[in-house]
Order: sequence, then structure tokens, then C-alpha cells
Amino acid sequence: MSQQIDYNDRPWLDPDAEPFIKVQSVSKHFGDFTAVDSVDLEIYKGELFCLLGGSGCGKTTLLRMLAGFETPSSGSILIDGINMTDVPPYERPVNMMFQSYALFPHMTVENNVAYGLKRDGVAKMEIAQRVEEMLAMVELTQFRKRKPHQLSGGQRQRVALARALIKQPKMLLLDEPLAALDKRLREQTQYELMNLQEKLGVTFVVVTHDQEEAMTLSTRIAVMDVGRFQQIGTPTEIYEFPNSRLVANFIGNANMFEGRVSENGTDHVVVESKDPACNFYIDHGMSIQEGSKVWVAVRPEKIKISKQPPGETSTNSIKGMVGDIGYLGGTSTYRVLIGDQRIVEITSPNLNRPKDGNPPIDWDEEVYLSWEPSSPVVLTK
Amino acid sequence: MSTPAETVVAEQTTTQDRLVHRLTHFLQYHWRTLVLLVPFLWLLLFFLAPFFFVLKISLAEYTLKSPPYTDLIQWADEGVMQIRIVVDNFAYLWDDDLYVNTYLSSVKISTISTILCLLIGYPMAYAIVRSNHTTKHILLMLVILPFWTSFLLRVYAWMGLLNDQGLINDILTGMGFEPLRMMYTHFAVYVGIVYTYVPFMILPLYANMEKLDWTLLEAAADLGAKPMTTFFTVTLPMTLPGIIAGSLLVFIPATGEYVIPDLLGGGNVLMIGRVLYNEFHQNIDWPVASAVAIALLLVLVIPMMLYQHIQAKEVESQ
Repeated sequence: MSQQIDYNDRPWLDPDAEPFIKVQSVSKHFGDFTAVDSVDLEIYKGELFCLLGGSGCGKTTLLRMLAGFETPSSGSILIDGINMTDVPPYERPVNMMFQSYALFPHMTVENNVAYGLKRDGVAKMEIAQRVEEMLAMVELTQFRKRKPHQLSGGQRQRVALARALIKQPKMLLLDEPLAALDKRLREQTQYELMNLQEKLGVTFVVVTHDQEEAMTLSTRIAVMDVGRFQQIGTPTEIYEFPNSRLVANFIGNANMFEGRVSENGTDHVVVESKDPACNFYIDHGMSIQEGSKVWVAVRPEKIKISKQPPGETSTNSIKGMVGDIGYLGGTSTYRVLIGDQRIVEITSPNLNRPKDGNPPIDWDEEVYLSWEPSSPVVLTK
Repeated sequence: MSTPAETVVAEQTTTQDRLVHRLTHFLQYHWRTLVLLVPFLWLLLFFLAPFFFVLKISLAEYTLKSPPYTDLIQWADEGVMQIRIVVDNFAYLWDDDLYVNTYLSSVKISTISTILCLLIGYPMAYAIVRSNHTTKHILLMLVILPFWTSFLLRVYAWMGLLNDQGLINDILTGMGFEPLRMMYTHFAVYVGIVYTYVPFMILPLYANMEKLDWTLLEAAADLGAKPMTTFFTVTLPMTLPGIIAGSLLVFIPATGEYVIPDLLGGGNVLMIGRVLYNEFHQNIDWPVASAVAIALLLVLVIPMMLYQHIQAKEVESQ
């Protein structure tokens, strides 16, 4: 039976839904250093939740507290309604897949996978059967007698996954699950991981520093920085509605403009920017004081680049000169100079094959940049 | 690729240049051989050659001359070369209960000492590896520190402690207890051997544990193994090479130990080192003494060769 989360059924939006994992004002200090700073988090059953952040942001410490390898300095962790704060790792209904995989080098693939069941005193017949099933699922049946050092990186990763899943944990923790794989294998494994999670319905908590990985895998992402959550939301929410400059810059690229609110209507906001001189007309209202300082973020793919001036040039449009072109095949990235200093990045799909090999927009050409009133995001911090 | 101009230049080089070139070429490709040659020559000169001398003497007979044994190669009347090999010495060792018992006693004492060293050294090595960076270096230093004073001096110090009127008994009688008889017992020999050889157990174990991947222990705990189970299913098998190396480093020298049983065991503890010393210095029977030494070598080498054989087979089967 599949327990995956339906796209339209989002438990975190349902006020009556009971979270499966509750992290309540958890902090972790190492001496003077605060790794995790009073964090609250609720994860629902069947989610594929990503903790995303740069190195040293506290994501791994939080994961290790969920696994039981670290005890919180304060706060509590509840899994399926049971307080797990001081429960040792070997008594938690949680399993972890380590970044280094941590396969036992002196054991065969089979014995690695069977290790968890043997510790629980499961009957021999049942162990053999479940190992068989698990190895078949990760397509490693013919490698069962091999030792870890006789396997490829991808095979080792699958052994680690099988070993962590065989006890049917309530929650699977994955520490940078794809970091040790090369790019092509990583992309393929990403989808395998998602399919497996959907099939088993186990709640996954993934730690990663790779934003693309987080965007592809997760139902929700928590962006972490200096031991705190900056934003928690679905990939779309995080990308399209970042709540701060930090999140906007961490997830994808964003062109950031500093300005002041010059007009605050019920259904629109106008932000006046000095450098470059430009008015941003944004078609959604905001509860914000007129005259206050804000930042406007516009994603590179939401800006149109053209040699012809758009109809009205005073708002949502700037003139510039092409400084750099990065041709990526499917898309091109233009770095357009506004004035002497300011660079605006635009990503544009290459929809048509250029005639006689000349690109539609060339270096040092004068161009007009424009965007829809729905595209910019106003940020206050 | 060399251009024609370069080829011309190369043809014009003198013989001397060519010689230098050859020498550097030789060094470039054979330096490994040269580096290995030094220890090989050393072993040949100071280990293998003396071993053959001892082997030769063990196959000779005692005579009243200097040196006190018969020659291996003898010349018969008509200038015929004779090689004279006598195996009587080995037969004598086998027939005499004293020697057999001494070998058994030596192996027993060194086996027990090795186990004691392991029981003491393993937790110590583990604690040293798990301690923080600065403490680790201090603790390692302390393990090595006894080597800075003479071994003999340290054994004498133990005599001072264990004697009938030694420090320990002084304290015991001072507190109103009966004095203990420790000197010239097996107990004193065990104390001496374990004390002396424990660093030889700790250091290889430390080197082995230092390389251990500690996330393996976390993985075991994560999969439901309690600390004791983790130890027996992961830590112990992973540190087995260290255990074997340390045990060999203790067992081999302890079996042939002479000073400790002589000074701390007196006449009450039979060990092969003492028998060997007596044969050589008191009975001046060099052939029997050499046979004792060769037999000791066999006692030590055969189990090691068996172990190596088993290990090689295991590697093959993987």
C-alpha cells in the first residue's frame, strides 16, 4: 500500500493534522559554539523533508540529534508522539544512511544488510527472506557474497540504503546521500530514491548542501543558516516566494535591487530603485510602510531580453549593454551591464536556431530588459 | 618527440656524458632495489649468518677443545671430505623431561602474559585513541617513557618492590597484615613480563585503532546494537590485525625471556632462556645449547607460519 503524500493533500496546511516528528526549541552547544539555536520543526508522515544549508549551518548536528548520536543541550524531540530526547540510538525506531555509507568492511553485502535484523533477534528464516527481498529491491542479489570494497560507489550506496531500510524504520535519515556519487549517477539515483520513498511510504529526512538535489527530492525544504531555519516550505514556495535575501540567493540566482516603497496600493506596490534608476510595479499588495527600505529580487529567467524597447519604458524595464554571454545550448545566460558597474543576469531559452550562425543578441549590443509585474519579489530583510 | 636538431646534439655527446646519463638512469629506475638492499644485507650479515652458525653447532658433538664442538666438515685419511651431522642433541632434548617441561612452561607463561597484556593494553589503547588531541600525545608519551630508563634497572626496581622486605611488604606489615611471599614466584615473573611488554601491545593496537572508522560504531548502534554487541561484532573484528601484531610482539620475546625469570623467578620458575644460559655458560655444552636455541625457534616459528598460511588462504578465498 502506498502512503505517499498526494500533491493536493498537504498535511502541513491542515490544522488538525498531527505531525509525526516534533522538534521543540532544540539547541545544541559545543563549548562556546552554538551549532543549533532553539529550533522548532514539524515533519509529517510520508514526507521527504530536506534540511538544506551550507557547511557549518547545523543541519548535520540536527540530523545526528534525530538519530540519537548527539543529545540536545535543551529542548525535546518527539517521534510518533514518544519523547526520544534521551533515548540511545540503538533503541530508536529510526535508521540512518551515512554520508560515507559506513558499511562494515569485514562483512559481506548480505551480512551488512542482515545486521539490523540480527540485533533484533528476528528468526533466521525470516532474516534470510527479508534480506532476499531487500537485495532484490536494490538489485544487488548477485553481489550478496561480495565485500564492500569489491563494489562500485553506486552499489555501495544501495547496500547502505538496503541496510538502513530493512528494519522498516519509522523515519529514515539520509546524510548527503548522493554526495559521493558522480554527476550522472547522482541524477539517476535521485529519482530512484524518490520512487523508493513513495513505494515504501517511509518518512525521509535528507541533509544536503546541494540546492538542486533538495529541489528535486523534497516535499518540503528547510533552509538553514547559523543554526536556525531561515525558511521552511515547498520547493516552489522557497524558490518563488523567498522570505529573505539570504534564501533568495541560496536557492537559485536572483538579481537584487535596493529601493524604497514609493506607492502602496491595495493591489499593488511600487518600489523606486536608484541604482539602477528604475521603478518596480509589483501587482500584489504588501503590508508595508511607504518610504521604507526594501529589496526587490527578480529571477534571471523571469527577465525578457530584447533589442527593441518595450511599450512603456518607465516601469519594469531597464536599458543596458551585453557584457557577457554564456551559451549553454538549451539556454543562454546574459550578463548585462547597467551603467558602469551594475550587472543583471538573464537566462533565456534558445527557442530558435539562429540564421547563418549569428546569435540573435551579440556582445556589446544595446538591449532592453523587462519583466512582468508578477515577477519581482519584495523582501524586507 | 625529438627534433632532428636535438638528435644531432645527442650524437655529439661525449662518453663521459653518456656514463653520467646511464648512472642517473640506473638510479632513477633502481633506487628502490638499492634502498632495499641495505636492510637485506644487514639481515643476511647479522641474522641469517649467525643462524647458520648456531644450526651448524647444534648438529655437532661436544669435545674438549676450543671451541668445544666437532667440525662439520672433516677430512678422512685419504683426503676424502666427510660431512658429519649429529642429531643426538635434538633427540636428547626430546628424551629429557626437563627440556620438554621447560618449553611447555615457557609457552604457558608467555601465553598467559600475552593474554594479560591484551586485557590491560586493549582498553588503554582504546582510551588513548578516543581522548582529545593533546591528552592523546601525553598518554602516548607516558607509554613510551619507561624505555628511557634501563630495562635492567626497572627489573631491579621491581625486586625492591616485591622482596620479602620490600616496599609492598613494609606497607603491609606496617598496617598489621602478614607479609606476602611474592619474590621468586610465578607471580613476580608475570608482573615483570606484563610490566615490560605492555607497551609492545599498546603501540600496535593504537596504530590499528587510530585508522578505525568510528562511524562504523555509530552505524552499528543505529541498527540496534547495544555497546557490548557493537564491540564484539564490529570493534573486535576491525581491531584483530592490531591484536595479532601486539600479541606476537609480546609472545615471541616473552617466550625466550631470560632476565626477568632469572631475577624475579629465581630457581622456582622454569623458562627456556635460563636453561639455554646454563647449558652455554655452566655446562659449556655448546651443541646442546644451540639445539635448545634452534628448538625454541621452531616452537615460535611453526605457529606463525601456520597462521600466515591460514591468512593467505582466507585472502585467496575472497
